[in-house]
Amino acid sequence: MPLTAETIIQSLASGLLMGLLYGLIAVGLALIFGLMDVVNFAHGEFLMIAMYATFFLFAFFAIDPLLSAPLVAAALFVFGAVVYLLIVRFAVRAKANAGMVQIFSTFGLAIVMRGLAQFFFTPDYRSVTHSWLGGKTVSIAGVFLPVPQLVGALVAIAAFGALYFFINRTDFGRALEATREDAGAVALVGIDKNRVFALGWGLGAALVGLSGAIMAMFFYIYPDVGASFALIAYVTVALGGFGSVFGAFAGGIIVGLVEATTALILPPSLKSVGIYAVYLLVVFVRPRGLFGSM
Amino acid sequence: MLSVHEITTAYQGLVAVSAVSIEVAKGEIVCVAGANGAGKSTLLKSIAGAERPRYGAVTFDGSRIDGMAQHMITARGIAYVPENRRLFPRLSVHDNLRLGSYLYRSQPDRNEPLALVFKLFPRLSERLEQRAETLSGGEQQMLAIGRALMTRPRLLMLDEPSQGIMPKLVDEIFAAVKRIRDAGMTVLIVEQRMAECLEIADRAYILQTGRVLMQGSAADIKTNPDVRKAYLGL
Repeated sequence: MPLTAETIIQSLASGLLMGLLYGLIAVGLALIFGLMDVVNFAHGEFLMIAMYATFFLFAFFAIDPLLSAPLVAAALFVFGAVVYLLIVRFAVRAKANAGMVQIFSTFGLAIVMRGLAQFFFTPDYRSVTHSWLGGKTVSIAGVFLPVPQLVGALVAIAAFGALYFFINRTDFGRALEATREDAGAVALVGIDKNRVFALGWGLGAALVGLSGAIMAMFFYIYPDVGASFALIAYVTVALGGFGSVFGAFAGGIIVGLVEATTALILPPSLKSVGIYAVYLLVVFVRPRGLFGSM
Repeated sequence: MLSVHEITTAYQGLVAVSAVSIEVAKGEIVCVAGANGAGKSTLLKSIAGAERPRYGAVTFDGSRIDGMAQHMITARGIAYVPENRRLFPRLSVHDNLRLGSYLYRSQPDRNEPLALVFKLFPRLSERLEQRAETLSGGEQQMLAIGRALMTRPRLLMLDEPSQGIMPKLVDEIFAAVKRIRDAGMTVLIVEQRMAECLEIADRAYILQTGRVLMQGSAADIKTNPDVRKAYLGL
């Protein structure tokens, strides 16, 4: 592809859209990590089941992903809260080696979820065909943009706005902030930290559920689909600053733009190289991430 | 109002409080005094639900609260200010206070205690937007008490409120404790500085190595010759 002004703008525009989605995928991870210092290694599998849920709602009930997105987000909310209550709650209480127990409990969950998906959904690649927006493009000032990604980016911006409002303006948001400051102290004001953790996991999972519904409009769905996106999400979170919700948003945009720029310069098979190069640079120069405070 | 009946609490395998009984009646200020390691903090933790007593019973307003989750005990009307205060350091003074009224939804339930806090500690109202961690030790203690008052407690429990605070502010805090009682609350206070504590208390207990050594009215304990020699340095 010749490097003209148009191709550069075109690449950066689609990189920006993808980046906003990366941010939305990553923000649940950042939220949970910030809340309780637990990395959810099953984050990609949360995305995977959200995509399957969208697919099956479309295949069996003909519900368009645009309409099923809130349903999938709600279902993932419940799923996330249950994962906390049944698994993570006990993992963080481990008497010995708590860090390792946490890692392997969510890592184990990831493997179980993938295995179950292979068994029940088969390894076949699925896709949501003929959704309302699927395959459509729109031209804005001469730049062609895929409509599903464009709508996804708008949803991501709206979700970040809602999340910002929720964290900064509501009682529960303040309880969330207090719990991330000192989970052992919230009982002093009558807050049940387990409830906050469960709702935090629910919220984090709902956000990745929303991402999954959008991704299902333009990406193949298979049991391992979460792996590559989870990897990008970990980079996004580390880049933006661990635990910072705003950092995940900014980190996502940076990852999207870097990925698009790399694809312009290097062969497509190397498109991830740029992201990891930037990531390593940030790790060396500013290990707490661009917007991290730790 | 509060009745602690022969509780024994072990802390990391060591018995810190052994068959301790105390009573607190409505409207009293009760001081629990004693040296470091006497079990004073463990006693408060056992009442607040931060530690679970191994034996014995804690009854508050007629119902058993030992074994209840800590946040439930807060919701029942016991506010506990721990020794290290446990403020939310990076949140503002205002947010720390507002978190205190998390259990309440109505404006009067949220605003009335706030007015009391500002009356008791006017300097907090000048520092509302500051992060809690930027306050001085004395101001942090005021904020911790203020946050506890925001839960509209019937019983306020303070663990070593004078610790790490300059003397002038210690007087201010003890004066505030009296005014808190005058506002209708009951106060259970644990202190190493026995003289100041007995000054404002109605009754007192002295703990030694996890047991109640002595109890009585503050006036009696203040004039007891053994206490004067061993604890008050007179």
